[in-house]
Amino acid sequence: MTFSDNPHPVAGEPLVEVENLCKIYHFGNPSDSSPSLQVLFDINLTIRRGEFVAVMGHSGSGKSTLMNILGCLDTPSRGRYWLAGHDVSTLSSNQLASVRNRLIGFVFQGFNLLRRMSALDNVAIPLLYAGYSRAESRERAMSLLQQTGLGNFVTHQPSQLSGGQQQRVAISRALINQPQLILADEPTGNLDTQTSYEIMQLFDRLNREEGITIIIVTHEEDIAAWTHRLIRLKDGRIIEDHPIEKPATAP
Amino acid sequence: MNLLTIIGEATRALRTNHLRTALTMLGMIIGVAAVVLMLAIGQGAQTSINSAIASMGSHLLIVMPGATSSGGVRWGIGSVKTLTVQDAQAIAELPMIDATAPVISGAAQLNYSANNWSTILTGVTPDYFSINNWEIASGTIFSEGDLRSGARVAILGQITADSLFGNEDPTGKIIRITNRPFTVVGVLAPKGQSLSGRDQDDNVFIPLTTAQRQVIGSQFPDSINFMTVRAKSEDSMEAAEAEITHLLRQRHRISNHMENDFTVRNLTALASVASSTAKIMGWMLGAIASVSLLVGGIGIMNIMLVSVTERTREIGIRMAIGANQRMILTQFLLESLMICILGGLTGIALGIGGAWLASQIAGIEVVITLGTIALAFSFAFITGIFFGLYPARKAAALKPVEALRHE
Ligand SMILES: Nc1ncnc2c1ncn2[C@@H]1O[C@H](COP(=O)(O)OP(=O)(O)OP(=O)(O)O)[C@@H](O)[C@H]1O
Ligand SMILES: [Mg+2]
Repeated sequence: MTFSDNPHPVAGEPLVEVENLCKIYHFGNPSDSSPSLQVLFDINLTIRRGEFVAVMGHSGSGKSTLMNILGCLDTPSRGRYWLAGHDVSTLSSNQLASVRNRLIGFVFQGFNLLRRMSALDNVAIPLLYAGYSRAESRERAMSLLQQTGLGNFVTHQPSQLSGGQQQRVAISRALINQPQLILADEPTGNLDTQTSYEIMQLFDRLNREEGITIIIVTHEEDIAAWTHRLIRLKDGRIIEDHPIEKPATAP
Repeated sequence: MNLLTIIGEATRALRTNHLRTALTMLGMIIGVAAVVLMLAIGQGAQTSINSAIASMGSHLLIVMPGATSSGGVRWGIGSVKTLTVQDAQAIAELPMIDATAPVISGAAQLNYSANNWSTILTGVTPDYFSINNWEIASGTIFSEGDLRSGARVAILGQITADSLFGNEDPTGKIIRITNRPFTVVGVLAPKGQSLSGRDQDDNVFIPLTTAQRQVIGSQFPDSINFMTVRAKSEDSMEAAEAEITHLLRQRHRISNHMENDFTVRNLTALASVASSTAKIMGWMLGAIASVSLLVGGIGIMNIMLVSVTERTREIGIRMAIGANQRMILTQFLLESLMICILGGLTGIALGIGGAWLASQIAGIEVVITLGTIALAFSFAFITGIFFGLYPARKAAALKPVEALRHE
């Protein structure tokens, strides 16, 4: 199975489908009656290709847990998850790695760039894992960094970049394999308002022009306002899920 | 991701921590160098003993004057005069004995034109050379007639010939031995070291009678220093030993309760003891060296485990952007393998250098075979895989979400 077998996905088809998804953390041996904590309760969710979704909720409501499961970094305790039509629970660890590599781009609050490695190399790594040569990977990483306005910073290491620049490198890394889904967990959480808006502008363009499905977690209403749909979690349950009414142009 | 790219990633990780990499590698370098050096010395000892044995005649016994004490042989050379030429002749007549070669020896000063050479002078019978399996390189061996008449003829060992004559051909030339003129009739083929480590080519041989009467003056003109005896066959060695003992006790009139005043040694048995001793020593040296290799390997494992813990977050990031378990495993395994291979190669070079130094400075015979190098290298390789695999598997088995959460 490959995950690029659908090169021209049709907008509006379900990309993420979640059914009765639960996540329970066990402390100690799960078989005996050791204490456990349920973080997600029967989540049902469908996200279609081309959507731009914000996930909100109080701290500890399970947003990151949900995102990690959607990003195939974590596994649900119960329930089903179909990604681009594939039942994720049936995928092998290698196939999951391939999904994370080609289908999904993950953006973190803390950027999670590899230290002591240039911006260029950071962006190129997913291509290396996808099997491209170093030369071709660097070439493609270079042109992507130029598109995201970081052409002058390709040789800089993460410690030599501002937060906004680091997040743009991280977004470039998420984009390099032309993913169908971008999952961003508080991507603007460490950035000031101005920089946050620049990042959101970038997401907005990717969503509108490239048709990439984007799910972001945020605590800020003004960030959520850039998106088209709001899902609100409370204590591991979806308590709100509706389109965002907005004026003709973004704030 | 192809192997070349993973090698690139591993190299980059090693270079980032270059001091730690170098120190870890040092453990490997020392271990491998020790293995190479020890094997070289062990094999060198074995080779020199084996060549000494190979150059020795077969089924030989040696009869020396003086009693065998419980602590070994009291060498009688020069002090005890209990063994004579007549003893040797009588022994030669025994049924189990093929031939005997009585020997007398002492120090001598040799001159040829302006050249001086101090060496060991050995008085022998013509049989001596065939019994001891010694070929003549040029000229001839002196005759029975020379022996009877006490002729002043000499046969030179290779080293003696080179020292006195250089490139000149010694045969037919007159040399002086303790100021008496001798004609050189032949030069012996090189023989190398004896079991006791003495260079046998530094020698001059003259007829036994000449030595006894004219050169090594003694108040016992018929006494000899020792004799070499060749038994008829390998199987008759023990019988021959018994015959000799019996005969000599008779000849020397030793009563029943008295100790022997001579010692009979089986050279073949001695040689096999020496050779197995050398073999055991070689293995022991190798075993000691392996311990240092093991310590180096544990050092690598330790560092790789620390590295996995330290880089847990990095592993999580790599997994989140598409590295599968095999890629992570390969990268970490390659890191330890590269330390071992690089350390191994450096260690081999260092070991060879050390062996060369040992042979130059201490004069120890060392032998480095392709097998030694292959062994040392595969040891390094196996150490790299063995001690690298556990940390690498640990890294690969991490769950992405847990690795990412690691601080
Ligand atoms: N590995 C874990 N083991 C046990 N409990 C966990 C683990 N990870 C998360 N939790 C718990 O799950 C709950 C949800 O955590 P999660 O990180 O999903 O919250 P969140 O909505 O992302 O919060 P925030 O807005 O602060 O990021 C929390 O109560 C947390 O303590
Ligand atoms: Mg969170």
